[in-house]
Amino acid sequence: MASFHTLHVEVNGQPQKRSVQPRQHLVDFIRNELGLKGSHLGCEHGVCGACTVEVDGRIVRGCLTLAVQTQGCKVRTIEGLSEDGDVRDLQEAFIRNNALQCGFCTPGMVMAAKELLEAKPDASREEVREWMSGNFCRCTGYHAIVDAICETLAERARKGQKVGA
Amino acid sequence: MNTTTLHPTSTSMAANPTQAGPEVEERPKVHPADPGDKPLHPVTEDPRYIGKSVERPSARKLVQGQGTYIDDIELPRMAHVVYWRSPVAHCRIKRIDASAARGMPGVVLVADGHDIAKICKPWVAVLGHLAGMKSAPQYPLALERACWQGEPVVAIVAETREQAEDALQVLHVDIEELEPVVDMETALDAATPLIHPELGDNLCFARDLNVGEVDDAFARADAVVETTFEFGRHTGVTLEPRCQIAEWNSADQKLTVYHSFQAPHMMQDLYARQFDLPESQVRVVCKEVGGSFGIKVHAYPDDFATVALSMMCKRPVKFVADRIESFISDIHARHHRVKARIAASKSGEILAFEMDDLTGIGPYSMFPRTSAIEGNQVVNLVGGPYKHKNYRAQLKVVFQNKTPTCQYRGVGHPIACAVTEGLVDQAARAIGMDPLEFRRKNVIPDDAYPATGASGIKLEVLSHQACLRKIEQMMDYPKLKAEIEALREMGIYRGIGFAALIELTNPSAAFYGVGGARIASQDGCTMRLDPSGAISVSVSVGEQGQGNDGIYRQIAADAVGVDLEKVRLVLSDTDVTPYGGGTWASRGAGVGGEAVLLAGQALRANIVKVAAVILKRDAAELAIRRGQVVDAQTLAPVLDMAELGRVAYFRSDTLPKDFTPELMVTRHYAQRDFPFIFTNGVQASYVEVDPDTGFVKLLKHWAVEDCGRVINPKLVDEQIRGAIVQGIGGALLEECLYDERGLMINASMADYLVPMSGEMPDIDVAHVQTPTRSSQLGAKGAGEAGTAGAPAAVMNAINDALSPFQAQCWSQPLTPEKILRALGKV
Amino acid sequence: MKSPQFDYCKPDSLEQVFSLLAQHGDDARILAGGQTLMATLNMRLSEPALLIDITGLKALGGIRVQGDRLYIGALATHTDIENSALVAQHAPLLAQAAPHIAHRAIRNSGTWGGSIAYGDPAAEWPCCLCALDGTVHLQGPGGARQVSATDFFLDLYTTALQPGEIVVGADVPLDSAADWVGFDELARRHGDYAVAGLAVAARFQGTLAQRVNLCFLGIGQIPLRARRTEALLAGKTLDAGTIEIAVASLKAELDPLPDLTHRADTKRHLATVLARRLLQAAHASRSAIPA
Repeated sequence: MASFHTLHVEVNGQPQKRSVQPRQHLVDFIRNELGLKGSHLGCEHGVCGACTVEVDGRIVRGCLTLAVQTQGCKVRTIEGLSEDGDVRDLQEAFIRNNALQCGFCTPGMVMAAKELLEAKPDASREEVREWMSGNFCRCTGYHAIVDAICETLAERARKGQKVGA
Repeated sequence: MNTTTLHPTSTSMAANPTQAGPEVEERPKVHPADPGDKPLHPVTEDPRYIGKSVERPSARKLVQGQGTYIDDIELPRMAHVVYWRSPVAHCRIKRIDASAARGMPGVVLVADGHDIAKICKPWVAVLGHLAGMKSAPQYPLALERACWQGEPVVAIVAETREQAEDALQVLHVDIEELEPVVDMETALDAATPLIHPELGDNLCFARDLNVGEVDDAFARADAVVETTFEFGRHTGVTLEPRCQIAEWNSADQKLTVYHSFQAPHMMQDLYARQFDLPESQVRVVCKEVGGSFGIKVHAYPDDFATVALSMMCKRPVKFVADRIESFISDIHARHHRVKARIAASKSGEILAFEMDDLTGIGPYSMFPRTSAIEGNQVVNLVGGPYKHKNYRAQLKVVFQNKTPTCQYRGVGHPIACAVTEGLVDQAARAIGMDPLEFRRKNVIPDDAYPATGASGIKLEVLSHQACLRKIEQMMDYPKLKAEIEALREMGIYRGIGFAALIELTNPSAAFYGVGGARIASQDGCTMRLDPSGAISVSVSVGEQGQGNDGIYRQIAADAVGVDLEKVRLVLSDTDVTPYGGGTWASRGAGVGGEAVLLAGQALRANIVKVAAVILKRDAAELAIRRGQVVDAQTLAPVLDMAELGRVAYFRSDTLPKDFTPELMVTRHYAQRDFPFIFTNGVQASYVEVDPDTGFVKLLKHWAVEDCGRVINPKLVDEQIRGAIVQGIGGALLEECLYDERGLMINASMADYLVPMSGEMPDIDVAHVQTPTRSSQLGAKGAGEAGTAGAPAAVMNAINDALSPFQAQCWSQPLTPEKILRALGKV
Repeated sequence: MKSPQFDYCKPDSLEQVFSLLAQHGDDARILAGGQTLMATLNMRLSEPALLIDITGLKALGGIRVQGDRLYIGALATHTDIENSALVAQHAPLLAQAAPHIAHRAIRNSGTWGGSIAYGDPAAEWPCCLCALDGTVHLQGPGGARQVSATDFFLDLYTTALQPGEIVVGADVPLDSAADWVGFDELARRHGDYAVAGLAVAARFQGTLAQRVNLCFLGIGQIPLRARRTEALLAGKTLDAGTIEIAVASLKAELDPLPDLTHRADTKRHLATVLARRLLQAAHASRSAIPA
């Protein structure tokens, strides 16, 4: 019934051209067509946040975004973000604080936190908790994640760093 | 955001931004066998890492999205399975029409219960040491009847997941609905239908315990408090759903299962026996596990079905539970109604506890660990921290047509602790004594060990008094009490709740082995010196995020005497690792860690032996420091480890004929001193309740935990924090809700509420370290204590906040509506 | 779960959209942010044949002042609204409500028009739009028309949208010095659909409330304006006595639907708590202004 669409999308800085079914969501495309397994699926109804990826500089729920909707867009996954080094300080803070245990929520957490660092560089601890409350973690209880993000915010403020790509 | 208009946080919160670092208090002077403030004696000759918060080996790759979880694996010709699951709680399966489904694009196979039963045996989940326990045989896919909403009935295997789901839409199953048993209170009534008539009733297991002179104690008590506690059924919600890939190689006649799981050897054994395969023809491999918490330590019907399908298709078959499917097929837990009472004297002595526990499970006991263990633990653990001698308990575990239940983080402890601590708080209030003081008066004293609890549990050594002292200081209890008083004048209602707890860890074979289950309570470690001087370490306990990989590396490095970076771990592959029990009952550090220590010591000794031969010196004159063989007296390096490896492996011609280097050793360990090594702790919760809305704000949480020797403080703290939040979930938010036909009505992440960061408190953790003498390492378990105590602490704090209104609520989850009802507002 | 098969297109003109809608009728769905639609499809609760992606229609974007109204195009995302200086200045009620909508990742995709067209009585935008007596702009093959917000939401997930029509935007009156707005909701967790929520839009003369619009979310089948109680408040000073009269009136007027964990009487009670708090806040703010 449904035809395949030719999708041109840049993923982690690499242009990709693939034939996709319209029904395939972005995370399935990333994982199954491109073999990038760092983005995870926890619910496929947009609640848990494990699927959080970046499209044209903004975080989205990858499970609620169709691959075909990213025609001509720039998509970045945790692999690309890690490679680019934009949030190396945040990732080090995660490691230092053991803000991850099983690691399944972690790519989504890092993605969501990245946008916080950009959008709210002077976020309070309570604002960090509020911002991150769209990402479910079952292992850490969130305290260490909040610590890691707050440490990064404080360090960036100290360095007077301007955030952003 | 919870928008109750709260007042500015008190200085005690704002002035103390939570530090991540742990506070570690060493064993106090009280204990005669471990006097003074000496730090714990080191367990190795060259101690650098045990006791330190070093980075876990897997953290760096996981934070970059470079872990490998089961769904990340793709195998050649791999197919995907989806299950048609019963849409109702109880039905007869009349006819399966798969003709349309078989014709759908990409469909490889459609199979029903009869197809699978040809190659996989049914099972009955009972344990011999739970006297009288019964359950009916269960098959991977239901045959004539489905007995719970979610029971798998038909399997569709297709090339892609999408195609399998498309085919599911056109599968037709004719069912005849049967009357479901959905109310545990009436499950044993004469009028209630029998789920399994051949069993005679809907009772899975019952137990009675009567110790001391309970009636006499209640008769002479000055205060008797009686309460009915309710605990809502809830479930684990691992973020990575259950998943596996079954790969049957028909040429080899070998089965490999890649499984997101905690105990691969257990599944190896079960697959071998259920499919009549030699054990050595079955291999189970675990990769990164995205959260388990007990949900992934049980043998599910769909686990066996997926294996059968691989055998039938002769292709690898992948199963990933969808989230909605997880809610109705993952094990549930913790549905209890407990009527309990406490007797106390006006001088503050607890005289007795009595409790009657009713718990509703599924239609089958869950395989192989059984659904009666949770209730059995409640009986064992009520009253646990206290020194009373009178205790009476009754337990009934009843079948229902709901999702089966089984062990989930804490297993009965959260129930027992909430009942105990809720009664303790009320008794304190009844006699007008401070709740912390009341506990101080009644906990088993720190110098009274070994001791036996009223229920018969054997306690090696605990530190309730030290922990109570510590928490009072940590939270500045007098200051908080004054703050609460002052705020009440202003119409702001805050409360403090305590929970003293005991937690069973490091189990012996008394837990499962004695009951006939082939679940290992011993574990092993194989350690090898590689030619380059690195150490390869293989352990039978795996990693699911808690940091076993981290602590094993630390123990191995210290035991042998090499740098941390030189240690490489191999875990979770039954073809490769020693045979062992895996992760459950908080045993990874205490049991697995001890095996690592023993293997490390043995390898170290063997390395020194080789060095002695190479250097033509006495082994007693040599030692290992920082990856080098040194003179034991002067500590001067005499031989590099890599050089030793080169000679041992490649130059055997230079060694005496009667000497062979043995640079790979295996040691096993089982804890056999006690049935379990109990730990203890105490938690406190500080909350604010809005009496107009019933909404609760969690202001802060504290935990003092004694898990013996702490191998990595950061990892233990984070385990405790995560466990506490998981417990809070059950106390405030999580419940599997059912309609009157036994259908779960909130089976999605939108309607089943799990804790998110916005509502959770900061959690301060501190330790007391009372090592166990059952091992050299002295480590006890820590993974579940947080979950054991948190619901009790939070529930007690809410009731403390409500006390000015003479309002009480003892039903978990404590929803705003229940609180408003208690306040008489609705 | 994986969504069923469907086809997808992204027209670059409204005419194409109308033509496709006419051709496919109920078998087609409009796709903008997709935050509700995609979840529905992933759960296989719906099986459309065609998704019509309207995010290519630039004319449907934008936030601008038009006369005495603030106009927000259908494709404005929740984040656009949350970050908009124009919204902060001219429609502060929307700025107050925006942070309550789900979470950032959803707000980056979800749209003003999508929320209005779906008409969830638990959603923030339909509620705020009704509180402000906003106007919904529709367009169809027959042309453009406008419907007042309170006439637009008819029943549960049912709006005045005719077959073949789409929401192209909605406007609200510009906030003035005489206005007071307040939004509050009670949710078990930040970002969840609220158990109960209230948007208040009041116009004052001194401390006298000339009119007080009360619109509840999570209470009825549609965003619920409590008309009888509003009538009682009109022309009054919102002192303690008046507020209690309003609360009593709400208890009689509101007939909430229960949800999974809250009975109707609980919802009614929570609605009155919100009303009391917001009306008190309104009164306090006006009392602080020198006469």
